Amino acid sequence: MTARTPPTILTRRALVGSLAVASGGLLSGCDALNANQGWRDTLRLAEDGNMAVQRALLGSGALAREYSPRDIGRSVPANGTRAPADADYLRQAASSFSDWTLAIDGLVERPTRFALGQIRSLPRQTQITRHDCVEGWSAIGKWTGVNLGLLLDRVKVRDSARYLVFHCADSLRAGPYYESIDMADARHPQTMIAWALNDELLPIGNGAPLRLRVERQLGYKHAKYVRRIEAVADYRLSYGGGGGYWEDAAGYEWYAGI
Amino acid sequence: MTDMIAALDPAGTAPSPAPVAEPQPASPMREPDHRHGLTTRLWHWVNLVALITLFMSGLMIFNAHPRLYWGEYGNRDEPAWLVIGQQGARGYLEIGGARLDTTGVLARFADGNGVMRSRAFPGWATIPTDYNLADARHWHFFFAWIFAFGLLGFMVISLLNGHIRRTIAMRAAEWHPRTLWKTIVDHARFDFHTAAGEAYNPLQKLSYIAVIFVALPLMIVTGLAMSPGTDAALHWPSMVFGGRQSARSLHFILAFSLLGFMVLHVALVLLHRPLTLLRGMTIGHRR
Repeated sequence: MTARTPPTILTRRALVGSLAVASGGLLSGCDALNANQGWRDTLRLAEDGNMAVQRALLGSGALAREYSPRDIGRSVPANGTRAPADADYLRQAASSFSDWTLAIDGLVERPTRFALGQIRSLPRQTQITRHDCVEGWSAIGKWTGVNLGLLLDRVKVRDSARYLVFHCADSLRAGPYYESIDMADARHPQTMIAWALNDELLPIGNGAPLRLRVERQLGYKHAKYVRRIEAVADYRLSYGGGGGYWEDAAGYEWYAGI
Repeated sequence: MTDMIAALDPAGTAPSPAPVAEPQPASPMREPDHRHGLTTRLWHWVNLVALITLFMSGLMIFNAHPRLYWGEYGNRDEPAWLVIGQQGARGYLEIGGARLDTTGVLARFADGNGVMRSRAFPGWATIPTDYNLADARHWHFFFAWIFAFGLLGFMVISLLNGHIRRTIAMRAAEWHPRTLWKTIVDHARFDFHTAAGEAYNPLQKLSYIAVIFVALPLMIVTGLAMSPGTDAALHWPSMVFGGRQSARSLHFILAFSLLGFMVLHVALVLLHRPLTLLRGMTIGHRR
């Protein structure tokens, strides 16, 4: 064999050189691909696959894990909006949200506006669960609120409603915050409109006075400062069409189970 | 005719027929057959593309929260065992409380335009180059499918057709400490020979077993353990590692272990017989 003759050594150098060029090309190639709509659509096929597999695994009833009080951490960090600057919200906050109402309308038989006190006096449920942020961190907290399915039964959601859109009182750079979930998650036993965290009324950073808990998905789905829940046939017709603020503004997945 | 030429040119100086390109069967004592089967070659390159893409998009995902924890939860208010962060104009890597200044490489670095950036891993190491958690996740979860099903396919086919048993399964005698030690000493001397009839020496076999049957599957399981949806359906993936944040830490450690394997693997190929080995992993068998 000729493994130790000079031509092979030169070839090795050429190989190393071409590897270096290739890695540079790889990066700019990836950025070019990343800007290509066809490629982006291809990548996002994975989201459909992930949702199909997870829904098959989860069925409708699989529960997010619940923890014991000693598992509760130092905090549930506030992320996204930490203190809404919207004038209406600030006015409500100044009066301890005494005038806050939650409207449930859209494809329902009895559109209803619930007063905050009314929500808090409904049968409550409490769960100690883990909040997983899309950024990678987690926090365990004890959430108390009203089961969302119970509210949906009160307003009698029509069969034509396939999604719920949560309209929020806070705005970020690209506009008002909103989120949407499908009826499988809306009717899940752990999905609730929470009004307390760790036995205290919800702090502003965590979404006072009312926020969504949808335990089997990432944090950005858990809309804070919820003012109105709209039952719709298709979330793609609301706001920017992505089904949520971050879905529209940054391109996050609508299904955030992964 | 041939006889005539031979008679006319007894010294054999006439141009001989072109040398046969077909390589001679390698001597079983020294050099194993480096030509790989189709399944191995296909998987090897698909897996390379998938792993590089997963690694680089994974670094971008890490950039969204460059801290690692042990246990079920962890966030900015909890202690982290690994932090890549900034203090003033300096960047640092902190592991278990020990801090290393990484300005220029990690946490604080100049981008392609010479502008100083504060981010854990620099643009040249991430997909995409500029900070974008959403896009990095799209890349990561798409190539995760290719990686997972590629690995599954390779494992099933190679186990069924006896490839694993023939090439990387350890023989009883190879577990002998003296054999293992001798292989390590030989490696240190850049002597990579294999025993007669064996494709790989025991050290190579153990490395491939560790990567194919331990590290790569663990990447999948630790990845799934981080998914709130999977965690609700199957509790064991995150529980077996001691919690979601432990799984995230292990995912990170394993990713860098695999990078280390890849660097070593390429270095050994370059030191040994780069062209023969590269040909064996691309063109492979002639039939």
